[in-house]
Amino acid sequence: MTSPTKNLIGAIAATLALTTAALAEEVRVYNWSDYIDEALLTKFEAETGIKLIYDVFDSNEVLETKLLAGSTGYDVVVPSGTFLSRQITAGVFQKLDRSKLPNLVNVWDDIAKRTAIYDPGNEYSVNYMWGTTGIGYNVGKVKEVLGDDAPTGSLALVFDPKNMEKLAACGVHFLDAPTELIPAALRYLGEDPDSKDPAVLEKARPVLEAVRPFVRKYHNSEYINALANGEICVAFGWSGDVLQARDRAAEANNGIEIAYSIPKEGALMWFDMMAIPADAPNVDGAHKFINFMLDAHNAADASNYVYYANGNKASQEFLVEDVIGDVAIYPPAETVKNLYSTTAYDQKVQRLVTRMWTGIKTGN
Amino acid sequence: MNFRRLFLIAVPYSWLLLLFLVPFGIVLKISLSDPALAIPPYVPKFELAQGWAGIKAMFAAFDLENFVYLTEDNLYWKAYISSVQIALLSMVLTLLVGYPIAYGMANASEEWRPTLMMLVILPFWSSFLIRVYAWIGILGQNGYLNQLLQALGIIDEPLVILNTPIAVYIGIVYTYLPFMVLPIYATLEKLDGDLLEAAEDLGCSRIKAFWLITVPLSRPGVIAGCFLVFIPVVGEFVIPSLLGGSRTLMIGKILWDEFFSNRDWPLASAVAVILLLILIIPIVLFQRQQQRQQEAER
Repeated sequence: MTSPTKNLIGAIAATLALTTAALAEEVRVYNWSDYIDEALLTKFEAETGIKLIYDVFDSNEVLETKLLAGSTGYDVVVPSGTFLSRQITAGVFQKLDRSKLPNLVNVWDDIAKRTAIYDPGNEYSVNYMWGTTGIGYNVGKVKEVLGDDAPTGSLALVFDPKNMEKLAACGVHFLDAPTELIPAALRYLGEDPDSKDPAVLEKARPVLEAVRPFVRKYHNSEYINALANGEICVAFGWSGDVLQARDRAAEANNGIEIAYSIPKEGALMWFDMMAIPADAPNVDGAHKFINFMLDAHNAADASNYVYYANGNKASQEFLVEDVIGDVAIYPPAETVKNLYSTTAYDQKVQRLVTRMWTGIKTGN
Repeated sequence: MNFRRLFLIAVPYSWLLLLFLVPFGIVLKISLSDPALAIPPYVPKFELAQGWAGIKAMFAAFDLENFVYLTEDNLYWKAYISSVQIALLSMVLTLLVGYPIAYGMANASEEWRPTLMMLVILPFWSSFLIRVYAWIGILGQNGYLNQLLQALGIIDEPLVILNTPIAVYIGIVYTYLPFMVLPIYATLEKLDGDLLEAAEDLGCSRIKAFWLITVPLSRPGVIAGCFLVFIPVVGEFVIPSLLGGSRTLMIGKILWDEFFSNRDWPLASAVAVILLLILIIPIVLFQRQQQRQQEAER
C-alpha cells in the first residue's frame, strides 16, 4: 500500500474515533483560568471514562452574564460566593444530590460555615478554593523606595497617598474589582466593609480617589507577570496570584523577590464554589466531577499546584509544606478572625458602586 | 417587473432584514424593558406564545426610562463624545499611514503586487488578540522598544507608553491598517495612467498631478477605508482595555459595565441603540450629500 492511501485510511479511522468519542459521555466544566493542575483532568477521564471538556473564564461578571443568558451547556461552574448567592436567587442552579457525593465527608466545617452565608445549608454548592485579597509587593524595591519601616503589612501602604506617591515611580496595580476595593477602603476607615448604605459607601470614594493618580493600572490578571518581571513593585490583588508571581520570578531567577501580606486591618476572604446549572445536560457527570474534586488526594494536588487553600479538611495531610505551612495561604487562626466576607449588592446599590468605580478610575 | 430583477433586489434586502433589522428590533425591545434577577435578566420577556395578551402586556409596561436615565448622567455623553474623538483621530492617523502604503503598492511593478498584497493580509492569519498582546511586550517599561532605544543611547529612562492613550492609537492604527489600505489600493490600481501622462504633457508637475488627479479619483477608496476604520473604532473595547490606561473613557467600556457589572441588559441595550443612531445618522446624511453631488456633476 502506498503511503498516501495509508494516510487516508488513518484519517478516516481518526474521524471515526472522534465521532464515537462524541457519542461517549461528556461533562463540561467552566472554571477560572490558571486554577487547576491539568494532570487532574486526565486523571478524571482515566478514572471515570467520561470525556472532560474544560473551559476557563477570568471574571465573575463574564460567568454571570452567561449563566443569566441561560443554556450555557456547562455541567459544573465555579462562581465566587457573593455572585453565587445572587445566582441562586435568580434560579440559575439546581440543588446537589448528596447521595451522589460520598466525598462530602471530607469537607472542612470552618469553611462550610462561612460559605453558608451565600448558600444557606450549602445546598447548591461545594467550596473549590478560597483565598484573600491583600498586598503583593517587590521586597527589594519597596524597601528602596520607602525604607526599612515600609508599612508592607498595612493597608496604609496602598491607601495612604504619601506612600503611594513614592511607589508610583516603581509602579502599582489595583484589581479592577469595585466589590473588593470599596470594602477594603471602608475597612481602612474603620467602617463596615459589607455596608450597603450609600452614605457609608460614599466614604470610600475620597480614599480611592486620593491614590488614583499613583495607580498605573486597574486589572485582574496582568499584575502576575508585571510583579514577576519587575514592571511594578506593588499590587493589590488575590493571594494565590501573587504567590504565582513569586514563583515565576524565582523560576526566572531575575533577582526579584515577591511577597504577599494580609494587611493587619483585615482582608477580604472569598470563596469559589462549584455548582451545577439548572439546565446542565449531564447532571450525573457533574456530580461525578464534584465528587472527584472532593477526594482528599485530588484536592491536595490542586492546591499544591495553584497555591490557594481549599475547603477540604481531609486533603490537608497531603499538602506540601510550601502550601500548608505558608501563612499567606493557610493563615493562622488569629489572622482568620480578622478576615471579613461580603455579601451581594442589590441592583440599585450595584449601579451606585459601578458608577462610583467608573468615576474613580476615569475622573468623571 | 421581471422576476430576475426582483430576486436580485430581494437578496441584499433579506440579508439586511435578517442580520440587521431583526437583531436591532430585539435590542430595541430589550432597551424598553426593566432589569430583573432572572433568566434572562429582564422583564417583560418575549412571549409571543401568549399572543395578543403578551403584546398587550408589553405595551402596558412601555416607557422610555432607560433612555431618560442616559440623559441624567453626563457620563454617557462624555463617553460618546470621547469615543467619536478617538475614532476620528485614529481614522486620520490610519489614513496618513495607509495612503502612502496603498500608493506604493499600486505603483510597484506587476510581479510584486501580489506579494505586497499578501503582506498586508498576512497579519490576519494570526489571532487579533495575540497581535495586540504582542504590543504589550513591545511597548512595556522593559519592552523591546525601550530596550532598543536605551541600547542606542537615545533615552536614559524608559518611556512610559503602555497604558497611555498613545499605546491605544498605536494599537488601533496597526490593527485597522489593512481596512484602510485595501480599498484605497483597489481604486489606485484601477487608475488610468494615461491621465497622469496627459497632465504632465500639459505642463503639470508630478506633485500637482497627484493632487489634481490621483487624490480625487481615489476618493471612493478613501471614503470606504475611513468608514471601515471609523465605525468599528467608535465601539472598540479590546484594544483600549489591553493597551490603554484606566482613564481612557470609551462607550465600549461603559456598555461592558452596564451589561456585565450592573447586569442591566435594558440600559446596556439603550446605550447600544443610541450608539447606532449616533453612527447611522451622520453616515446616511453624508451618503445623501455624496449622491447629490455626483448627480450635480453629471
